[in-house]
Amino acid sequence: MSTIVLLTLTGLALAAMYFLLAAGLSLIFGLMGVLNFAHGAFFTWGAYVAWWTIGRVSPGGGASTGAFVLGLVTATLAVGLLAAVVEVGLLRPLYRRPIYQVLVTLGIGLALSQLTSVIWRPDARAFPQPSWLASTSTVLGARVPNNRFLLIAAALAVLGGMLLFLTRTRYGLIVRAGAENREMVQALGIDVDRAFTLVFALGGALAGLGGVFGAAYFGSINPYLGSVNLIFAFIVVVIGGLGSVTGSALAAVVIGLAQQFGNYYTTWAGDFVVVMLLAVVLLVRPHGLLGALR
Amino acid sequence: MSGGWLRPLVPVAVLVALLAAPLVNVRVPVLFTGPLNSPGNLQLLAVGFAFGIAALAYNLLFGYTGVLSFGHALFFGAGVYVPTIALREWAWGLGPALVLALVVGTLLAAAVGALSLRTQGVYFAMVTLAFAQAGAVLVGKNVGGLTGGEEGLSLPFRQLPRWMVGVVNTDKLYWVALATLIVVYLLAQRLVTSPAGRVWQGIRENERRVEMLGLPPYRFKLLAFVISGALATVAGVVYLLLTGGATPRAVGADLTVALLLMVIIGGSGSLWGPVAGAVLYHYLNVRLTIWAGSDLVADLPEVVRRPLRDPLFIFGLIFVVLVLFFPRGLAGAVAGRRGGPRRRARGGPAVGHPPGGGIE
Repeated sequence: MSTIVLLTLTGLALAAMYFLLAAGLSLIFGLMGVLNFAHGAFFTWGAYVAWWTIGRVSPGGGASTGAFVLGLVTATLAVGLLAAVVEVGLLRPLYRRPIYQVLVTLGIGLALSQLTSVIWRPDARAFPQPSWLASTSTVLGARVPNNRFLLIAAALAVLGGMLLFLTRTRYGLIVRAGAENREMVQALGIDVDRAFTLVFALGGALAGLGGVFGAAYFGSINPYLGSVNLIFAFIVVVIGGLGSVTGSALAAVVIGLAQQFGNYYTTWAGDFVVVMLLAVVLLVRPHGLLGALR
Repeated sequence: MSGGWLRPLVPVAVLVALLAAPLVNVRVPVLFTGPLNSPGNLQLLAVGFAFGIAALAYNLLFGYTGVLSFGHALFFGAGVYVPTIALREWAWGLGPALVLALVVGTLLAAAVGALSLRTQGVYFAMVTLAFAQAGAVLVGKNVGGLTGGEEGLSLPFRQLPRWMVGVVNTDKLYWVALATLIVVYLLAQRLVTSPAGRVWQGIRENERRVEMLGLPPYRFKLLAFVISGALATVAGVVYLLLTGGATPRAVGADLTVALLLMVIIGGSGSLWGPVAGAVLYHYLNVRLTIWAGSDLVADLPEVVRRPLRDPLFIFGLIFVVLVLFFPRGLAGAVAGRRGGPRRRARGGPAVGHPPGGGIE
C-alpha cells in the first residue's frame, strides 16, 4: 500500500514537471506551429540560473526559503527574457520556412545546453534546497519528499493561471484566435508577430520555472537535464492535443503515472510504453486527446 | 576556379589522395598527430567515412525528398547491434551476420516508414523519433539480455577474419570503409538521376503537383525511406567493424541530430556535401578537444579555450549560423562561387518555399 501511495505521489510530481515543460511547448506549437527543440535547454538554464543565484545568496551550501524563492523568480524572468531574445533574433527571420525553424531551435538547444557545460563544466552539481523541501512527510505509511507536493502545487497553479490568461485576457484571446486561424487574426489588424514573441517568452519562462522544480525533484543538475526530459514533454504535448493546455495536464498525469509504475515493476516498460504511446497517438488520433480538429 | 576543364578532375584527385593515404608516410602538423598513415589518423578518417555513408543516406530522404526524419539512429543502430549479437549469441559467421543486419535494417525501415509516412512534416519527425527512442530504450535497458545495456558489447574478435583484427590492420579497414563509401555514393548518384529520384525531388519541391500528375507520393517517399534506412544500416555495419563494438550511443537521438548537423554543414543540395560534412564533423569532434589541450592554444584567453573543450557547443553555434545564413552549407558555398545556374537550382529543401507537407 505504502509503495503504491509513494509511486502515485512521485508519479504525479513527475507529471507536474512534465506539465511545466509541456505547457510552454504546447502554447508555442499551438500558436506558431514551431516544434521548439530549444525548450529542453530553457529548462536546463532555469535550473542553472536558480542554482547560481542560490549559491550567491547563501554561499554556505544549503538554501534558505528566501534564497530558493529568489532563485525561482530569477530563473523564470531570466529564461523568459532569453526566450524573447531567441524569438526575435533567430526565429523571426525563418517564419516562412517551417522545417528550418525546427532546425534552428535544434541548434539553439544544442548550443545553449552545452553553454552551461562550457561555463560550469559538465559535472553534475548538487542542487541546494531548503531543508523543509528536502525532508519527507509520511502519507498513509509512505515517506514522500516534500518537494513532490510543491511540484504538484506549482503545476496546478500554472494550469489555473494559464487558463485564466487564455480565457480572460485580451492577449489570451489573440493567442487562441491565432492558433485557430493566423491569417484571419492578421487580417483584423492585430500584430501577430508581437503575440509570437510574447508566447515564446511566456513558454520559455514556464520552462525556466519547471527547470527549478525539476532540479529540486532530481536533487542535482547537469547540462542534459532538459534535453533528457524534452522527449517526454513532446509526448505529453502530442497526446494531450497540440495547443490544448488542459489536454497537456491530463496527458502529463497519464504519462507520469505510467512511467513511474512501469519503471518500478520492470526496468524498462515505463519508458518503452510511453514512447510507443506517442507513435500510436500520432498515427491514430493526430490531434491528440483534447486537441481541436484543424 | 577559372579552367572549367579542371573541374571533373577535382573528385578524381581527392579520390586518389584518399586511396593512397595509408601508403604515404608524411606529417601534417597541427591537422594530424604523427604521420598521416598512423593507425590513429586512418581510424579518424575511416570513422568519418562511415558517418559519411550515413549522412549520404540521410540526405537522400532529407535533401532530395524533403522529408525530415528523427529516427535514423534506429537503422544505424541495427547495423551496429545485429551483427554483434549474431556473432556473440548465435556464433554466426561474419558474412551471414552482415547479411542479417542488412535484412533487419531494411525491414525495420519498411515497417517504420510505412506507418510514419501516414503523417507529414513535424508530426512525421516526431513519430520517427518515437520509434527510434523505443529502440534506444530496449537497447539501453538491455531488454531480453542481448544488448549489454549501457555498457554495450564488443565484437568477438576470434570469429573475425585475421586481416580485420588489430591496430596494424587499420589500413585494411580504412580501405573497406572508403570502398563502401564509394559504392554507396555511386549507387546514390544513380538513384537521384533515376526516374524515381526525379519524383523524389518533385515531392520536395511540391508534393501536391506530383500527386496531380497521378504519381502516389506515399509510395515514392516510402521507397526513399527504405533505401535511406538500409544504407544507414550499411553505415552502422562499417562503423561497427571500425570501432569493434556496439554502444547505446549508436541508437540514441544524439546520433540523428549529429547526422542532421553533418548534412547541414555539408549542404543538403548535393551528394558530396553531406559526406564532406560528416568527415569534417567527426574530424572536428575529435580534434577540437585535442587542440583545446595543446600548447597551440595555451596562450589564448580562457574564453576561447573553454568552448574548444565542448565541440557540441561549437557545432550548435555553427548549426544556427548555417541554418540562418548559409542553408546550403559547404556544397552551396562552392556551387555559389562557381555560379552555375543549374547547380543553383538544386537547393536544399525549403529554400524560398516550404517543402511538401510542411506543418498543419
